[in-house]
Amino acid sequence: MTLTRTLPQAPAARVPAPARRRRRSGIGALFVTPYMLYTLAVFAIPLGYTLWISFHRFYFTAPGAHAPSPWVGLSNYRDVLTDPVVGKSFLNIAIFLVINVPLTVGLSLVLATALNAKLPFRSFFRAAFYLPYITASVALVAVWQFLFGSDGLVNHALGGLAPDPSWLVNTHLAMPSIALFVTWKQLGFFVMLYLGALQNVGNDLYEAASVDGAGAVRKFWSITVPGVRPATTLVAVYAIVTGANLFSEPYLLTGGGGPDNSSTSPVLLMYQKGIEQGHPDFAAALGVVLIVLVLAVTLITRKLTERGD
Amino acid sequence: MLRRTASALAVLALAGTAAGCARSGPDPATADHSRGPITVWLSNNAQEAQWGHQMVADWNKLHPDQHVRAQNIPAGKTSEEAISASIIAGTSACLVFNTSPAAVPQFQKQAGLVPLDDFPDGASYIEARSGGLAAQYRSEDGKYYQLPWKSNPVMILYNKKLFKKAGLDPEHPRLATYSEFLDTSRKLVRSGAADAAIWPAPSNEFFQSWFDFYPAFAAESGGTPLIKDGKPQFDSPAGRKVADFWRTFYQEKLAPQEAYPGDALADGKAAMATVGPWAIAAYKDKIDWGVAPVPTSDGRPASQVHTFSDQKSIGMFSACKNRATAWDVMKFATSQQQDGAFLTATGQMPVREHLAQQFAGWFAKNPAYRPFADQAEREVEVPNVAGSIDIWQAFRDAWTRSVVFGRQSPASALHDAAAKTSKILGEY
Repeated sequence: MTLTRTLPQAPAARVPAPARRRRRSGIGALFVTPYMLYTLAVFAIPLGYTLWISFHRFYFTAPGAHAPSPWVGLSNYRDVLTDPVVGKSFLNIAIFLVINVPLTVGLSLVLATALNAKLPFRSFFRAAFYLPYITASVALVAVWQFLFGSDGLVNHALGGLAPDPSWLVNTHLAMPSIALFVTWKQLGFFVMLYLGALQNVGNDLYEAASVDGAGAVRKFWSITVPGVRPATTLVAVYAIVTGANLFSEPYLLTGGGGPDNSSTSPVLLMYQKGIEQGHPDFAAALGVVLIVLVLAVTLITRKLTERGD
Repeated sequence: MLRRTASALAVLALAGTAAGCARSGPDPATADHSRGPITVWLSNNAQEAQWGHQMVADWNKLHPDQHVRAQNIPAGKTSEEAISASIIAGTSACLVFNTSPAAVPQFQKQAGLVPLDDFPDGASYIEARSGGLAAQYRSEDGKYYQLPWKSNPVMILYNKKLFKKAGLDPEHPRLATYSEFLDTSRKLVRSGAADAAIWPAPSNEFFQSWFDFYPAFAAESGGTPLIKDGKPQFDSPAGRKVADFWRTFYQEKLAPQEAYPGDALADGKAAMATVGPWAIAAYKDKIDWGVAPVPTSDGRPASQVHTFSDQKSIGMFSACKNRATAWDVMKFATSQQQDGAFLTATGQMPVREHLAQQFAGWFAKNPAYRPFADQAEREVEVPNVAGSIDIWQAFRDAWTRSVVFGRQSPASALHDAAAKTSKILGEY
């Protein structure tokens, strides 16, 4: 009798755990490589180059041309910070953000809440609010010029109350008009963000509040607003970042910066200085200042909107 | 692994940067004598493009070994922006048939242009063709970086129908002096014949002053450019008269403070416009028009009135490898025969001395163009100085602030703009 003993066989080529982890992380690295390359090419390298340019006397030249680019320290930053038009452009952006960000956050949350409820023609309304966001600015600008021009519909409706000079060429009203335009144009996108966030707010909370006798306003303030707080941070930050990078609207709506630079934005100024007038060093320094300020405002906004979490 | 990937990415980034930095253009010593295929860029104006393609076909028939390819200037916010980007990338065409003289100093600074004096007959050819007009196109270093090609001398085009509607004589319009021009404008607007007497763009783009202030300043000052002998000229009695004249338009709402989203003259919203001869073909089926010289305060006769040229040049760009061919194409495209063909196709004026006499037959057949040809003898160009666009932007800011919107007196705005201009000139 032959006794055959069947021993449990070890896996043929079992990879030890550390090696498995290495392979997995290798595959992961492979997946992230295209994005890393993309980020390096279109963000990190240009940003580093911008920083370098901002500390040198620099202009772009043809290949093979040897133009000296001497180190100038903070000279470009001094030029930027002492230029009255730069100061005006940051003030304009501050006016823009003060109007645009609260309006965007407030209106998009209210509209999203309304569109989240069971409304007749809900899909139509959702699409209608989204439409301006996906329409080219150039086309929308023409409509706004028609509405808010001296001879436009709004002034006709206002009659004797119409401002003179009219909205888009009025030193005091040009920037608020742009802020309203951008708020309206981008509202659909932010409504979508809030609609997504609202799906995570449990219905049971609203039902419990109803049982406790809470009305619609109470439920909005006590359940909806805290429930979508992360989305509010995202909306506020996104609105600040896009607002600070304003270009097309002042360029198109108010003819290159409005009367007396009343709607000039820092990015429009960067375009004028860097591209039109051939001063990329000044434009680079202005860009760096803008990045720093936007970062600061964004961090403050995050702190404020995430307070209480 | 992650460390290795990071290292690989860093190497790739460095290689990319190094490749980007290790750029070189053609060697001028070789390129200046080299012949072969070249590319030229044309404006996207339909008539100009039609002439350009025909000119290239004529050249290619005669020179099959030096083939020329014609394309439109790549799209950009402005042609100058697209050309500037192509200089930096080293991808510009050999020749661009729409180079703005205002942009030449910047292109020159970017080492993007070939000095035409490098060719033995470069300067002599330009001066023989354009005579005394050529001097304005010399750069500060004394060289020609552009071949002055064609101009659109700016005059006042008016809508006869609207003049008649306002009770004015359309065949003998009173537009010579400032007071006549303003009286005519008041009648046009107050009679309801037109929304605006004239509607130049009141916006802030640096080039807009070429169509309101500059023609009037050239006329009032007897042909003085914006900058002369390194000094701004507009903070002067002539400059102040022009600024006050235009201020009256905005103050009395004879000219709107908002840009018109279209063509105000063609749409019958404005009764007059400052335009060049290109407008004849553009408006011939839209309005019954008449033409008058730019006004002066004392109503100078037409034969003494200067204006802005709205000229465009041909530039040869440093990315060009076959520059000998490019120079020959330049001369071919600006020969008497091709200039005649260009005039016929576009109605724009080749920058030639005594143009009206050189093409007397054509002007006899097309008398509508004759006033523009006469005016082409007295043109003022934008100053060919470094920082030209900075200067125009500083001037435009002052102009819109004071003349258009009345937030500062025109005299003090001109004074401030002159100080800023001097500072810019000093920085270059």
